[in-house]
Amino acid sequence: MVTDPRAAAAAVVDPEIRVITIDELGILRAVEENPATGRVVVTITPTYTGCPAMDVIRADIRRALAAAGHPDAEVRTVYSPAWSTDWISDSGRAKLAAAGIAPPAPVSAGNVVPLTLAVRCPRCGSPETEQVSRFGSTACKALWRCRSCSEPFDHLKAL
Amino acid sequence: MTGSFDFVLSLGDDALIAAQRLGEWTSRAPEMEEDIALANIALDQLGAARLLLTYAGELEGAGRDEDALAFLRDDREFRNCLLVELPNGDFAVTMAKLFFLSAYQLPLYTALAGCADERLAAIGAKARKESAYHLDHAALWVKRLGDGTEESHRRMQAAVDEVWPYTHELFAADPAAPVDPATLRADFDATVSTVLAEATLTRPETGWTPGGGRDGVHTEHVSYLLAEMQVLHRAHPGAKW
Repeated sequence: MVTDPRAAAAAVVDPEIRVITIDELGILRAVEENPATGRVVVTITPTYTGCPAMDVIRADIRRALAAAGHPDAEVRTVYSPAWSTDWISDSGRAKLAAAGIAPPAPVSAGNVVPLTLAVRCPRCGSPETEQVSRFGSTACKALWRCRSCSEPFDHLKAL
Repeated sequence: MTGSFDFVLSLGDDALIAAQRLGEWTSRAPEMEEDIALANIALDQLGAARLLLTYAGELEGAGRDEDALAFLRDDREFRNCLLVELPNGDFAVTMAKLFFLSAYQLPLYTALAGCADERLAAIGAKARKESAYHLDHAALWVKRLGDGTEESHRRMQAAVDEVWPYTHELFAADPAAPVDPATLRADFDATVSTVLAEATLTRPETGWTPGGGRDGVHTEHVSYLLAEMQVLHRAHPGAKW
Protein backbone atom coordinates (compact mmCIF):
# COMPACT_ATOMS: atom_id res chain seq x y z
CA MET A 1 0.00 0.00 0.00
CA VAL A 2 1.31 3.46 -0.90
CA THR A 3 0.62 6.17 1.65
CA ASP A 4 1.40 9.89 1.95
CA PRO A 5 5.21 10.25 2.07
CA ARG A 6 5.00 13.49 4.06
CA ALA A 7 3.05 11.79 6.85
CA ALA A 8 5.45 8.83 6.87
CA ALA A 9 8.56 11.03 7.15
CA ALA A 10 6.94 13.33 9.70
CA ALA A 11 6.22 10.40 12.01
CA VAL A 12 9.89 9.40 12.35
CA VAL A 13 11.02 9.99 15.93
CA ASP A 14 14.30 11.55 16.96
CA PRO A 15 16.62 8.65 17.92
CA GLU A 16 18.08 10.47 20.94
CA ILE A 17 14.89 12.12 22.21
CA ARG A 18 12.37 9.45 21.35
CA VAL A 19 9.26 11.33 22.50
CA ILE A 20 9.43 13.90 19.70
CA THR A 21 9.20 13.50 15.92
CA ILE A 22 11.68 15.02 13.49
CA ASP A 23 8.83 17.18 12.20
CA GLU A 24 8.09 18.57 15.67
CA LEU A 25 11.81 19.13 16.24
CA GLY A 26 11.91 21.25 13.09
CA ILE A 27 14.67 19.32 11.34
CA LEU A 28 12.35 17.94 8.62
CA ARG A 29 12.50 20.72 6.01
CA ALA A 30 10.69 19.30 2.98
CA VAL A 31 9.15 16.17 1.49
CA GLU A 32 8.77 16.32 -2.29
CA GLU A 33 7.76 13.83 -4.92
CA ASN A 34 9.31 14.01 -8.37
CA PRO A 35 6.22 14.17 -10.62
CA ALA A 36 8.02 12.40 -13.48
CA THR A 37 9.65 9.52 -11.59
CA GLY A 38 7.51 9.44 -8.46
CA ARG A 39 10.70 9.32 -6.39
CA VAL A 40 10.42 10.93 -2.96
CA VAL A 41 13.09 13.43 -1.85
CA VAL A 42 13.21 14.25 1.86
CA THR A 43 15.24 17.27 3.02
CA ILE A 44 16.51 17.48 6.59
CA THR A 45 18.87 19.77 8.50
CA PRO A 46 20.97 18.90 11.58
CA THR A 47 20.44 20.53 14.97
CA TYR A 48 24.22 20.73 15.47
CA THR A 49 26.85 20.21 12.77
CA GLY A 50 28.39 17.25 14.57
CA CYS A 51 25.10 15.61 15.59
CA PRO A 52 25.93 11.88 15.60
CA ALA A 53 22.26 10.92 15.20
CA MET A 54 22.05 12.09 11.59
CA ASP A 55 22.98 8.73 10.03
CA VAL A 56 20.35 6.96 12.12
CA ILE A 57 17.75 9.59 11.22
CA ARG A 58 18.50 9.17 7.49
CA ALA A 59 18.17 5.39 7.79
CA ASP A 60 14.94 5.70 9.81
CA ILE A 61 13.42 8.01 7.18
CA ARG A 62 14.30 5.62 4.36
CA ARG A 63 12.87 2.72 6.33
CA ALA A 64 9.63 4.60 7.11
CA LEU A 65 9.19 5.61 3.48
CA ALA A 66 9.89 2.09 2.25
CA ALA A 67 7.17 0.85 4.59
CA ALA A 68 4.85 3.51 3.13
CA GLY A 69 5.45 2.25 -0.39
CA HIS A 70 8.36 4.50 -1.41
CA PRO A 71 11.37 2.16 -1.46
CA ASP A 72 13.78 4.44 -3.35
CA ALA A 73 13.44 7.64 -1.31
CA GLU A 74 16.39 10.00 -1.26
CA VAL A 75 17.37 11.93 1.90
CA ARG A 76 19.17 15.23 1.39
CA THR A 77 20.87 17.25 4.12
CA VAL A 78 20.95 21.04 3.99
CA TYR A 79 22.71 23.47 6.35
CA SER A 80 21.05 26.73 5.38
CA PRO A 81 19.06 28.25 6.90
CA ALA A 82 20.64 27.04 10.13
CA TRP A 83 18.32 25.19 12.50
CA SER A 84 16.95 27.13 15.42
CA THR A 85 15.16 25.91 18.53
CA ASP A 86 12.43 28.38 17.49
CA TRP A 87 11.46 25.75 14.90
CA ILE A 88 10.35 23.29 17.57
CA SER A 89 6.55 23.14 17.40
CA ASP A 90 4.24 23.79 20.34
CA SER A 91 3.29 20.11 20.45
CA GLY A 92 7.01 19.28 20.42
CA ARG A 93 7.65 21.60 23.36
CA ALA A 94 4.79 20.05 25.32
CA LYS A 95 6.14 16.54 24.67
CA LEU A 96 9.65 17.54 25.75
CA ALA A 97 8.33 19.00 28.99
CA ALA A 98 6.21 15.89 29.63
CA ALA A 99 9.36 13.77 29.19
CA GLY A 100 11.26 15.79 31.77
CA ILE A 101 13.23 17.93 29.31
CA ALA A 102 12.76 21.67 29.83
CA PRO A 103 12.01 23.21 26.42
CA PRO A 104 14.07 26.16 25.14
CA ALA A 105 13.10 29.80 25.48
CA PRO A 106 12.61 31.77 22.24
CA VAL A 107 15.84 32.98 20.62
CA SER A 108 15.90 36.76 20.65
CA ALA A 109 16.98 38.35 17.38
CA GLY A 110 20.63 39.34 17.23
CA ASN A 111 21.83 37.38 20.22
CA VAL A 112 23.85 34.38 19.21
CA VAL A 113 23.95 33.03 22.75
CA PRO A 114 20.54 33.90 24.12
CA LEU A 115 20.08 35.30 27.58
CA THR A 116 18.93 32.52 29.84
CA LEU A 117 15.68 33.40 31.51
CA ALA A 118 14.32 31.28 34.31
CA VAL A 119 14.09 27.66 33.24
CA ARG A 120 11.18 25.96 34.95
CA CYS A 121 11.68 22.53 36.44
CA PRO A 122 9.81 20.10 34.17
CA ARG A 123 8.89 17.97 37.21
CA CYS A 124 7.61 20.41 39.84
CA GLY A 125 7.30 23.61 37.80
CA SER A 126 9.49 25.67 40.12
CA PRO A 127 11.51 28.51 38.53
CA GLU A 128 14.14 28.04 41.27
CA THR A 129 16.59 26.16 39.07
CA GLU A 130 20.28 26.38 38.28
CA GLN A 131 22.54 25.32 35.42
CA VAL A 132 24.96 22.54 36.34
CA SER A 133 26.64 22.38 32.94
CA ARG A 134 26.15 24.16 29.65
CA PHE A 135 26.75 20.85 27.87
CA GLY A 136 24.63 17.77 28.54
CA SER A 137 23.92 14.22 27.40
CA THR A 138 23.57 15.27 23.75
CA ALA A 139 24.88 18.28 21.80
CA CYS A 140 21.53 20.06 22.00
CA LYS A 141 21.00 19.77 25.76
CA ALA A 142 22.34 21.40 28.93
CA LEU A 143 22.23 19.91 32.43
CA TRP A 144 20.17 21.74 35.06
CA ARG A 145 19.05 21.11 38.63
CA CYS A 146 15.92 22.18 40.48
CA ARG A 147 16.59 23.86 43.82
CA SER A 148 13.00 23.22 44.98
CA CYS A 149 12.63 19.48 44.35
CA SER A 150 16.38 18.72 43.95
CA GLU A 151 15.84 16.82 40.70
CA PRO A 152 18.45 17.15 37.95
CA PHE A 153 16.96 17.57 34.47
CA ASP A 154 17.90 18.19 30.85
CA HIS A 155 17.23 21.52 29.19
CA LEU A 156 17.13 21.80 25.41
CA LYS A 157 19.24 24.92 25.06
CA ALA A 158 18.14 27.76 22.83
CA LEU A 159 20.09 27.99 19.57
CA MET B 1 47.84 31.38 0.22
CA THR B 2 46.07 30.90 -3.08
CA GLY B 3 42.42 30.41 -3.85
CA SER B 4 39.43 29.13 -1.95
CA PHE B 5 40.68 25.55 -1.66
CA ASP B 6 43.62 26.46 0.58
CA PHE B 7 41.47 28.78 2.67
CA VAL B 8 38.69 26.24 3.24
CA LEU B 9 41.23 23.48 3.85
CA SER B 10 42.99 25.56 6.52
CA LEU B 11 39.73 26.23 8.39
CA GLY B 12 38.72 22.58 8.12
CA ASP B 13 42.12 21.49 9.44
CA ASP B 14 41.87 23.93 12.37
CA ALA B 15 38.54 22.40 13.36
CA LEU B 16 39.70 18.79 12.80
CA ILE B 17 42.90 19.07 14.83
CA ALA B 18 41.10 21.01 17.58
CA ALA B 19 38.49 18.23 17.74
CA GLN B 20 41.14 15.52 18.02
CA ARG B 21 42.99 17.36 20.80
CA LEU B 22 39.82 18.10 22.79
CA GLY B 23 38.78 14.47 22.41
CA GLU B 24 41.91 13.48 24.36
CA TRP B 25 40.22 14.84 27.49
CA THR B 26 37.41 12.30 27.27
CA SER B 27 37.36 10.32 30.53
CA ARG B 28 40.20 12.49 31.92
CA ALA B 29 38.56 15.88 32.63
CA PRO B 30 38.60 17.24 36.20
CA GLU B 31 34.87 16.66 36.66
CA MET B 32 32.10 14.75 34.91
CA GLU B 33 30.31 17.86 33.59
CA GLU B 34 33.52 19.19 32.09
CA ASP B 35 34.27 15.83 30.50
CA ILE B 36 30.91 16.00 28.72
CA ALA B 37 31.39 19.67 27.80
CA LEU B 38 34.79 19.10 26.19
CA ALA B 39 33.49 16.08 24.28
CA ASN B 40 30.55 18.14 23.04
CA ILE B 41 32.79 20.98 21.91
CA ALA B 42 35.05 18.45 20.17
CA LEU B 43 31.98 17.07 18.40
CA ASP B 44 30.98 20.56 17.20
CA GLN B 45 34.50 21.11 15.88
CA LEU B 46 34.38 17.75 14.12
CA GLY B 47 31.03 18.66 12.58
CA ALA B 48 32.45 21.91 11.18
CA ALA B 49 35.57 20.05 10.01
CA ARG B 50 33.49 17.53 8.06
CA LEU B 51 31.54 20.25 6.25
CA LEU B 52 34.66 22.28 5.47
CA LEU B 53 36.79 19.34 4.33
CA THR B 54 33.99 17.97 2.17
CA TYR B 55 33.70 21.37 0.50
CA ALA B 56 37.49 21.71 0.16
CA GLY B 57 37.54 18.34 -1.63
CA GLU B 58 34.88 19.55 -4.07
CA LEU B 59 36.77 22.80 -4.71
CA GLU B 60 39.94 20.86 -5.42
CA GLY B 61 38.10 18.62 -7.88
CA ALA B 62 40.59 15.78 -7.56
CA GLY B 63 38.13 13.28 -6.11
CA ARG B 64 39.23 13.56 -2.47
CA ASP B 65 36.42 13.37 0.08
CA GLU B 66 36.49 14.33 3.78
CA ASP B 67 38.02 10.99 4.78
CA ALA B 68 40.77 11.17 2.15
CA LEU B 69 41.68 14.66 3.33
CA ALA B 70 41.56 13.80 7.04
CA PHE B 71 43.25 10.41 7.00
CA LEU B 72 45.44 10.20 3.93
CA ARG B 73 47.46 13.42 4.09
CA ASP B 74 50.80 13.64 5.90
CA ASP B 75 51.85 16.32 8.38
CA ARG B 76 53.35 18.69 5.83
CA GLU B 77 50.09 18.69 3.89
CA PHE B 78 48.02 19.93 6.84
CA ARG B 79 47.22 23.65 6.88
CA ASN B 80 45.99 24.10 10.48
CA CYS B 81 47.37 26.83 12.71
CA LEU B 82 49.96 25.79 15.30
CA LEU B 83 47.65 26.84 18.15
CA VAL B 84 45.32 23.85 17.76
CA GLU B 85 48.07 21.22 17.53
CA LEU B 86 49.83 22.25 20.75
CA PRO B 87 49.50 19.64 23.50
CA ASN B 88 46.60 20.06 25.93
CA GLY B 89 48.92 20.78 28.87
CA ASP B 90 47.06 21.26 32.14
CA PHE B 91 43.40 22.30 32.21
CA ALA B 92 44.38 26.00 32.15
CA VAL B 93 46.38 25.54 28.94
CA THR B 94 43.45 23.71 27.34
CA MET B 95 41.11 26.56 28.31
CA ALA B 96 43.55 29.24 27.08
CA LYS B 97 43.77 27.41 23.73
CA LEU B 98 40.00 27.03 23.47
CA PHE B 99 39.42 30.63 24.51
CA PHE B 100 41.75 32.06 21.87
CA LEU B 101 40.51 29.64 19.20
CA SER B 102 36.83 30.42 19.76
CA ALA B 103 37.50 34.19 20.09
CA TYR B 104 38.88 33.84 16.53
CA GLN B 105 36.36 31.34 15.15
CA LEU B 106 33.28 33.29 16.25
CA PRO B 107 34.03 36.48 14.23
CA LEU B 108 35.43 34.29 11.43
CA TYR B 109 32.26 32.22 11.05
CA THR B 110 30.12 35.33 11.51
CA ALA B 111 31.97 37.04 8.64
CA LEU B 112 31.72 33.88 6.52
CA ALA B 113 27.95 33.87 7.06
CA GLY B 114 27.83 37.12 5.08
CA CYS B 115 30.36 36.24 2.37
CA ALA B 116 29.57 35.77 -1.33
CA ASP B 117 30.27 32.01 -1.38
CA GLU B 118 26.91 30.39 -0.57
CA ARG B 119 28.36 27.14 0.76
CA LEU B 120 30.76 28.94 3.09
CA ALA B 121 27.98 31.30 4.15
CA ALA B 122 25.78 28.35 5.15
CA ILE B 123 28.61 26.68 7.08
CA GLY B 124 29.46 29.98 8.79
CA ALA B 125 25.86 30.66 9.80
CA LYS B 126 25.60 27.20 11.31
CA ALA B 127 28.99 27.05 13.03
CA ARG B 128 28.90 30.51 14.56
CA LYS B 129 26.00 29.55 16.83
CA GLU B 130 28.07 26.68 18.20
CA SER B 131 31.23 28.82 18.44
CA ALA B 132 29.37 31.32 20.61
CA TYR B 133 28.78 28.56 23.17
CA HIS B 134 32.44 27.50 23.04
CA LEU B 135 33.63 31.06 23.61
CA ASP B 136 31.20 31.51 26.47
CA HIS B 137 32.35 28.27 28.11
CA ALA B 138 36.07 28.97 27.73
CA ALA B 139 35.72 32.59 28.89
CA LEU B 140 33.86 31.37 31.97
CA TRP B 141 36.78 29.12 32.93
CA VAL B 142 39.43 31.74 32.14
CA LYS B 143 37.62 34.12 34.52
CA ARG B 144 36.96 31.48 37.16
CA LEU B 145 40.57 30.34 37.23
CA GLY B 146 42.12 33.77 36.74
CA ASP B 147 39.99 35.36 39.45
CA GLY B 148 40.13 32.26 41.65
CA THR B 149 42.77 31.12 44.11
CA GLU B 150 46.38 32.22 44.07
CA GLU B 151 47.37 28.88 42.52
CA SER B 152 44.63 28.89 39.84
CA HIS B 153 45.52 32.50 38.97
CA ARG B 154 49.20 31.63 38.64
CA ARG B 155 48.48 28.68 36.37
CA MET B 156 45.93 30.51 34.20
CA GLN B 157 48.36 33.40 33.68
CA ALA B 158 51.14 30.95 32.82
CA ALA B 159 48.83 29.27 30.30
CA VAL B 160 47.86 32.56 28.66
CA ASP B 161 51.54 33.56 28.44
CA GLU B 162 52.50 30.20 26.94
CA VAL B 163 49.78 30.10 24.27
CA TRP B 164 49.59 33.81 23.37
CA PRO B 165 52.47 33.84 20.81
CA TYR B 166 50.58 31.27 18.70
CA THR B 167 47.53 33.54 18.25
CA HIS B 168 49.25 35.93 15.84
CA GLU B 169 49.36 33.35 13.06
CA LEU B 170 45.56 33.35 12.97
CA PHE B 171 45.43 36.90 11.64
CA ALA B 172 48.02 36.78 8.85
CA ALA B 173 46.67 38.95 6.05
CA ASP B 174 45.21 37.14 3.02
CA PRO B 175 43.31 39.75 0.99
CA ALA B 176 42.32 37.20 -1.68
CA ALA B 177 40.53 34.92 0.80
CA PRO B 178 36.70 34.91 1.10
CA VAL B 179 37.28 36.54 4.51
CA ASP B 180 40.65 38.21 5.13
CA PRO B 181 41.78 36.93 8.55
CA ALA B 182 43.46 40.29 9.25
CA THR B 183 40.01 41.90 9.46
CA LEU B 184 39.10 39.67 12.44
CA ARG B 185 41.84 40.99 14.69
CA ALA B 186 39.93 43.94 16.19
CA ASP B 187 37.04 41.73 17.27
CA PHE B 188 39.43 39.16 18.76
CA ASP B 189 41.41 41.84 20.61
CA ALA B 190 38.25 43.33 22.10
CA THR B 191 37.07 39.92 23.38
CA VAL B 192 40.48 39.03 24.79
CA SER B 193 40.95 42.38 26.55
CA THR B 194 37.53 42.27 28.19
CA VAL B 195 37.79 38.69 29.41
CA LEU B 196 41.41 38.91 30.62
CA ALA B 197 40.63 42.13 32.52
CA GLU B 198 37.68 40.50 34.24
CA ALA B 199 39.85 37.48 35.01
CA THR B 200 42.47 39.77 36.62
CA LEU B 201 44.99 38.44 34.12
CA THR B 202 47.63 40.41 32.26
CA ARG B 203 47.59 40.40 28.50
CA PRO B 204 51.07 39.38 27.34
CA GLU B 205 53.26 41.73 25.35
CA THR B 206 53.69 40.73 21.73
CA GLY B 207 57.16 39.37 21.13
CA TRP B 208 57.78 36.00 19.52
CA THR B 209 55.25 35.25 16.77
CA PRO B 210 55.67 31.65 15.60
CA GLY B 211 53.86 30.61 12.42
CA GLY B 212 54.11 28.29 9.46
CA GLY B 213 51.06 26.11 9.97
CA ARG B 214 49.26 27.59 6.97
CA ASP B 215 52.25 26.57 4.83
CA GLY B 216 52.44 23.07 6.26
CA VAL B 217 55.40 23.78 8.54
CA HIS B 218 54.31 22.44 11.92
CA THR B 219 55.55 21.62 15.38
CA GLU B 220 56.46 18.00 15.97
CA HIS B 221 53.28 17.61 18.02
CA VAL B 222 51.04 17.38 14.96
CA SER B 223 52.86 14.31 13.66
CA TYR B 224 52.13 12.31 16.82
CA LEU B 225 48.53 13.51 16.77
CA LEU B 226 48.08 12.41 13.15
CA ALA B 227 49.70 9.05 13.80
CA GLU B 228 47.04 8.28 16.39
CA MET B 229 44.17 9.78 14.41
CA GLN B 230 45.03 8.12 11.09
CA VAL B 231 46.35 4.69 12.07
CA LEU B 232 43.04 2.82 12.00
CA HIS B 233 41.95 4.21 8.65
CA ARG B 234 45.32 3.46 7.09
CA ALA B 235 45.64 -0.03 8.58
CA HIS B 236 42.11 -1.00 7.57
CA PRO B 237 41.09 1.04 4.51
CA GLY B 238 37.32 1.36 4.24
CA ALA B 239 36.74 -0.16 7.69
CA LYS B 240 33.16 0.10 8.95
CA TRP B 241 31.37 -0.86 12.14
